Amino acid sequence: MKFAGRTLVEGEGRGPLAVLEPLSLWGGLDSATGRVIERSHAAFGVSLAGTVLAMPVGRGSSSSSSVLAEAIRLGTAPAAIVLSEPDPILVIGALVASALYGRACPVVVLSPADHARLALAASATVAAGRDGASVITP
Amino acid sequence: MIELNEADRALVTGVRGPAAAFAMNLLVRYGEALGAGHFIDIAQAHVDGVILHGQADLDFVEHIARLGGRVAVPTTLNVGSMDLIHPELFRGAPATGAAGARLMRLHEEIGCVPTFTCAPYQTLFRPRRGADIAWGESNAIAFANSVIGARTDRYGDFTDLAAALTGRVPYAGLHVPENRTGEVLFNLPPEVAEWPGDALAVAVGALVGARAGSAVPVIAGLPVLGEDDLKALGAVAASSGAVALFHVVGVTPEAPDLATALGGGEPRETVRVSAGDLDAALAALSTVGEGAELGAVALGTPHFSLAEFGRLMPLIAGFAPASGVALYVNTGRETHAALAERGWLAAIEATGFTVVVDTCTYVTAVMRDFSGAVMTNSGKWAHYAPANLGVDVAFGSLQACLMSAATGRVTRRRQ
Repeated sequence: MKFAGRTLVEGEGRGPLAVLEPLSLWGGLDSATGRVIERSHAAFGVSLAGTVLAMPVGRGSSSSSSVLAEAIRLGTAPAAIVLSEPDPILVIGALVASALYGRACPVVVLSPADHARLALAASATVAAGRDGASVITP
Repeated sequence: MIELNEADRALVTGVRGPAAAFAMNLLVRYGEALGAGHFIDIAQAHVDGVILHGQADLDFVEHIARLGGRVAVPTTLNVGSMDLIHPELFRGAPATGAAGARLMRLHEEIGCVPTFTCAPYQTLFRPRRGADIAWGESNAIAFANSVIGARTDRYGDFTDLAAALTGRVPYAGLHVPENRTGEVLFNLPPEVAEWPGDALAVAVGALVGARAGSAVPVIAGLPVLGEDDLKALGAVAASSGAVALFHVVGVTPEAPDLATALGGGEPRETVRVSAGDLDAALAALSTVGEGAELGAVALGTPHFSLAEFGRLMPLIAGFAPASGVALYVNTGRETHAALAERGWLAAIEATGFTVVVDTCTYVTAVMRDFSGAVMTNSGKWAHYAPANLGVDVAFGSLQACLMSAATGRVTRRRQ
């Protein structure tokens, strides 16, 4: 299936799909390993490195920008992030990493209905350009 | 798309230099994600990104410094990872300490004022009511919005410095008056009149934060509290929840009465708070009970003001901590200098207190090894320290903290 979405941060990425409830990357993601470290989160222990991360929105601290940028620098970040509402904190983290390190972690928004359909797939390819984004599943 | 005026376009295209252009382009995308329609001027900024989370933080500021960036508005700095006045206090890896100090110096080099305090509202840079500002640090945001009536949205890593470099922010969030009206009403019980102010402030803040989340709470029935109590209330509400603005009916500037606080409308939800709810909120801030062995006392989160030191002074007359109990108090440089001038610093240090400046005992490695729990009069410290430092914690009023330090055990009631 192919879903059309809105680009928040440009780039391309593909990988296995990781479907998560909202996670605060600050205190929730270990940038050294890419694993979820929030004990009370359903995805505790899961590695997000190289995945297409599908979650409705981020949660919590503005320091999450810094954690995402650091994970992108270290190569432990998701290959792409697909949200159902815009998250300015994740946008800033991905933009800063793209500017500093030339590594893209595209951030796109799908409608809640498409986001729910995407969540059933095993993997996805994200292409986010200036004029719009596409998310393709096998 | 967010609308840009002539000055904004000049920023984007680099007329005011490549660093300002880099920052403005970040803010344009940030504003678009927020759904903002245009930008507004800010009077000042407070940068929280001065604490080191990782190499990316250093790379960001180094990039801006290399591009010749300078802040465009008066910009204060939050706590860093090091006490630059007392570097010998740092007990972490030397490389981590050096990187933390470098991040702090870099911010100074691009024109930020080296305040290194989480209480910028108690410095010469206190904003005025109604001013649009771009502040990071959750307790400072809550205080500026609520107690002063200045207007800041929740800024943080990268966005606070980008705002400082451009003097512009997207018109969104708590800059917009309609977003500042109360949403959840908390009615306090009459028993609160008998509570000591500092413990009451923390109990109310902890409860309101946990229940309101990121909504704007309105608190009715709170006795008039001092500025430092409101500071403690906001700090814990911003930790247990995501409160960035609260109204106290009859106390805070945007809540002269209930109707004004609610913007003339009805609250989305009304919470009737019982005395038992407040007891439970306070109890949840402690991981150990009465009589537990004490290893340390941690005061000054947020940074102790001169008025708070004024309340500490009579309590340390004739006071000595039990053996093995370490005493810490965090404060800012301006207050530290004022303490020295008054001769209070020597008296406080003679009692056994380590006065930590520029940083805070829960965010960096300054506390020495000890056995036993840590007692604090800060709801914020109590909320974060168990996870950050791996310690047990007991909350108590300032008086209870000192009483406990003297006996070496958590002692909230006089024997």
